[in-house]
Amino acid sequence: MTAVDTTGTTSTVAAPAPGVRGQTRRHGLARQLLSSRKALSGLCLLAVFALLALLAPVLAPGDPSLINSSGSQGPSGAHWLGSTTKGQDVLALTLWGARSSMLVGFTVGIVATGVALFVGLAAAYFGRLMDDALTLVTNIFLLLPGLPLLVILAAFLPPGTATVVLVLVITGWAGSARVLRAQARSIRGKDFVAAAAVTGERPLGIMFREILPNMASVVMTTLLGCVVFGITSQAALEFLGLGDTSVVSWGTNLYWASSDGALMTGAWWIFVPSGLCIALVAFALALVNYAVDEITNPRLRSAQRKG
Amino acid sequence: MRLILRNLGFYLVAFWASITLNFLLPRFMPGDPVSRMFAQSQGAMQPEQIAQMSKLFGLDDRPLWEQYVTYVKSVFTGDLGISISRFPTPVTEVIGAQIGWTLLLGTTALIIAALLGNLLGIVAASRRGGLLDSAFPPLLIFVGSFPYFWLAMGALYLFGVSLGWFPLRHAYDAGLTPGLNAEFLANAGTHLVLPALTIVAVTVGSWMLGMRNSMIATAAEDYITMAEAKGLSPSRIMFRYAARNALLPSVTNIGMGLGFVVGGALLTEVVFAYPGIGFQLLAAVQRLDYPLMQGIFLTITAAVLLANFLIDIVYVRLDPRVRVR
Repeated sequence: MTAVDTTGTTSTVAAPAPGVRGQTRRHGLARQLLSSRKALSGLCLLAVFALLALLAPVLAPGDPSLINSSGSQGPSGAHWLGSTTKGQDVLALTLWGARSSMLVGFTVGIVATGVALFVGLAAAYFGRLMDDALTLVTNIFLLLPGLPLLVILAAFLPPGTATVVLVLVITGWAGSARVLRAQARSIRGKDFVAAAAVTGERPLGIMFREILPNMASVVMTTLLGCVVFGITSQAALEFLGLGDTSVVSWGTNLYWASSDGALMTGAWWIFVPSGLCIALVAFALALVNYAVDEITNPRLRSAQRKG
Repeated sequence: MRLILRNLGFYLVAFWASITLNFLLPRFMPGDPVSRMFAQSQGAMQPEQIAQMSKLFGLDDRPLWEQYVTYVKSVFTGDLGISISRFPTPVTEVIGAQIGWTLLLGTTALIIAALLGNLLGIVAASRRGGLLDSAFPPLLIFVGSFPYFWLAMGALYLFGVSLGWFPLRHAYDAGLTPGLNAEFLANAGTHLVLPALTIVAVTVGSWMLGMRNSMIATAAEDYITMAEAKGLSPSRIMFRYAARNALLPSVTNIGMGLGFVVGGALLTEVVFAYPGIGFQLLAAVQRLDYPLMQGIFLTITAAVLLANFLIDIVYVRLDPRVRVR
């Protein structure tokens, strides 16, 4: 049920985000990204997965968790990726799983980056006491063991996709906030920021109109990092049975594969596809990230060529 | 000294934050954990159990700050309440019985990964552009893309189920009684191999990259050039001169690594059904054993904070430059 509700927003929230940032903020970065082989293959891979997620109802019509064959059948003509222990089609589960996983991953990535951006910019702009306080909070969140915290929070909150997103944002923003604060601090000291302050621009305006555009590439890399964190952590959380097990996602697919004993009966086709999909999406994002790094940091590029 | 005191202050604040989080979670969560637990236990709860939980979850009518003071006091006196799923065992006893396995698994994996990773890093840095240096980073990105628990499942399937080289679950065979004899130790050892190796496999890369970059930075220092000019052998320069200093950042990484080991060990223990506090934490969540859950979270947090603090002290002893600043 919830799978159907949430999928409507996949296209609006998830898909355009990375592209829009690049194009509007930095024409140069977008063009360079498209000419980089790493970035291009990463983006293509992402596009394929986005398309598969969008077209899941067309490619595999009907409820994906419907039981429509005998259990634990290997890949065959009727079921290209075989069937689960219960007798569901693995291909349909994997296709539909892409929707929840990509949606949650990108939502977590965007919201966590937003929180990190706000904290990082505020700490860098206001400095002094504000900086000390925000840095303290950031460091505490960095030090608290992430996975146990995730588990505790998920255990106390009512299960559901919204909880998963909330919990992942709470545990995922701190690392990015540290990076963004450091970058924003170096820009904070520049003359044009002082000039903007003199002309009477409001703090929020300076933070988001003056400082932010100058650190677009760092924001982009932290965003991609947060999306990867979101996708893999959602899978981990759901694998532990702490998500909403009635939603079809790559994480819940792996949870059912494990709790139905697919591993012990040797039914590799049940747990391989979902894991591979997570890895491919994460790899694609890492490729784009790597390319952004290379474009914006020439030292990395030359070091790479020298090898 | 001032640095150590400042860090101690920070860790205390962090610990206080996690205690407060623990205190506030059950009190401000939507829904009522106690009634969920009542439902779960199906009327099997003793009167003293109910009283104990009311205290823990603030069902008494005392003002919030008074409950808070009581809670903090009980944490510092080592009273973490009584486990619901294993009534009437105190939470501290349940944790004490399990933590040894987690420490064994975690430290084994951490030591192997740190030693191997640093060694590989030194080699990669000394042969820049060599096979290890150029082929490893992309491979690392690719392996790092896989969810850890999935790799662990794959390893369990491949080496445990298909090939049958290693046992599939638990820390030792069911028939054995724990003791310091060769048979038991060997058995526990074979159970340890696969879980520990999967942790090593996913963590060794970051150790290696860190050490490699640190080595490259150190190799540019003047005293290395000086050592070369003196005609010292390359291996002596590499290990006695460069590596000793390049290792310093790795020391801080141990603290970070520990956080991952304790956190990551949760997934390892679940996949390999390895007894330990991570496995216990998940079991507590499934059985709605909130006191045990909170106790384990506090224990893990305290362990991570303590380890980081100890490493800070070691670091100050190792690197005189920190002391001056």
